[in-house]
Amino acid sequence: MGQKTLAETIKEITSDHLEQHNGLLLGESISAVGWVNNTVPNVKGIVELPMTDVAGAGIAVGAALVGRRPIFVIRFQDFLILNGSPLIFFAAKTKELHGKSAPVFVRAIASDGLGPVHSGVLHSIFMHFPGFRVCSPMTPNEYREIWETYMKNDDPMICSEHRLSYPNTQELSDITVENAHVTLYAISCTRFEAAKAVESLKIDGIRCNLVNILWLKPFDITDRLIQPLKESKLGLVIDPGHEIAGAARSIAYELNFAAECSVKALGLEDRTKCLCPPYKNMAPNAEIICKTVKEMLKKGE
Amino acid sequence: MRSKDFGVIPGLSKKYPKETSLELFRRMCAIRYFEQGVIESVQAKYIDYLVYLSSGQEAIAAAMSVALQGFMIFAQHRCHGTYLAFGGTPAKLRDELLGMDTGTSRGRAGSNCVQCHENEVAMFGHHGLIGENVPLGVGAALGSNKPVVCFFGDGAAEEDYVFAAMGFAVTHRLPVIFVCEDNNLSILTKVDIRRSWSITHVARALGMPAVDITDDPWTILETAGQFKNTLPAFINIYTCRANWHAGVGVDGPPEWDRLSMVREELEKMGLSSQSEKIEKDIIAEMEKLWDKKHLQKL
Ligand SMILES: [Mg+2]
Repeated sequence: MGQKTLAETIKEITSDHLEQHNGLLLGESISAVGWVNNTVPNVKGIVELPMTDVAGAGIAVGAALVGRRPIFVIRFQDFLILNGSPLIFFAAKTKELHGKSAPVFVRAIASDGLGPVHSGVLHSIFMHFPGFRVCSPMTPNEYREIWETYMKNDDPMICSEHRLSYPNTQELSDITVENAHVTLYAISCTRFEAAKAVESLKIDGIRCNLVNILWLKPFDITDRLIQPLKESKLGLVIDPGHEIAGAARSIAYELNFAAECSVKALGLEDRTKCLCPPYKNMAPNAEIICKTVKEMLKKGE
Repeated sequence: MRSKDFGVIPGLSKKYPKETSLELFRRMCAIRYFEQGVIESVQAKYIDYLVYLSSGQEAIAAAMSVALQGFMIFAQHRCHGTYLAFGGTPAKLRDELLGMDTGTSRGRAGSNCVQCHENEVAMFGHHGLIGENVPLGVGAALGSNKPVVCFFGDGAAEEDYVFAAMGFAVTHRLPVIFVCEDNNLSILTKVDIRRSWSITHVARALGMPAVDITDDPWTILETAGQFKNTLPAFINIYTCRANWHAGVGVDGPPEWDRLSMVREELEKMGLSSQSEKIEKDIIAEMEKLWDKKHLQKL
């Protein structure tokens, strides 16, 4: 008790930024329906954008160009396809082209089960283009860390949030066990499910390491990341985005080469996320993770 | 509608001090003859990629740079003229076009992405996506509350995010002047083939003062001078691109050549000896800047 949730942490950081550091926060329907899951404080410096996604992103980037360090809130990551143009083509390129940065902090919020254009996780697109930092914090301390990184640097940042993490008060530690059969690398909301899968697999006699991935780009292969894989010799990267050409495959590829071990990727199936239950194509849950691990081990026998 | 005389205020040139009229002409000449050097350098392959020339459209940059001192500039892709008129150093633009470290963006940006952050000029580089600079300029005005000028073409005016950003500027009463450099061409497709509506009407409907004029520099100066007190505001300016959309080719003579018209007007005003000297000096300066022997050494 008494610990802050991630939502409260975001709200606190935002409040400090707007009230003490001349920051701005821009987004559509910010004050409507609970101030973006109660992550936005009711303070000065909030700009309600009209429902003009492309122009809205451009306006945020323009504010970044004149030093306001704007927080640009995108309530559903799918909208990044519309918002993306000024971010990708301007904010992320201006430093390299002109030596003049546009540090915009993009709160890209993901959900699941809300249908074809409100359930997407699109951080992999932003890993693809040069010029961004991309991260996916799921805990209060992680959020503080990435915010500090944003403020210390001058790159645009894509902060891939997930609504499932907002009530979280706990820090998520890596799990390493002796003679692990497999090392799981989990991203965004799948980190909560991967932790459950580790417990469930243990009951079946399968020992797993679990490594939490916060930074998607730059993706530094540290000892913390690679050592468990070198021991288990088998890895699985789990991401709530689409698997094909997505974050899971990209990171699996890097780990594969770095450790010379077999690393598989698990993301969404290559079909639309529908609103109705049997067709939701939800992010990999503990059950799917367990099933995938068991299949991998069977093949390895 | 569109013509070389549209909206011209008769006798206006005499209202301004002769120094102002000669300065307008000087800035127009600087653009024209700088780009003469660009054209020859492209033909000689010192510059081996597509360039976006301002020639023919010089009057807009020249007049706006006189009218809008201290404004942050968000130029369009066709931006050599804006850079030179507002006070950018010609040698740095040359070096940028040549891909040199001494260029405006250390040789990384090139013809359609020119920036300037010196000589008391704040000009942000475009990246080549038409109209992208308009929301950026509006955001910069929002973030700084400093006056901004956004230049864009008649094609960019059709981008949804351009008039969405114009609407935002009205809602928040931002100090932005929107300038459409209307050469009636998107690559080669004319305005009336692309749309049945007028961006000036759209701007007016959004709630800002808006007007169509031709690129007579005195008329631009007068209009911008009035409008800058009632921002946001919009000016659509008919003008003629002399060269291809990209590259140095020519598709026959332009509808009008404003530089010649201004030269004639100065003659009528009894300023021909001064204007001839200005033109001669600029030609000499730009020939030196683009001297082939010098380019070989760069
Ligand atoms: Mg045009």
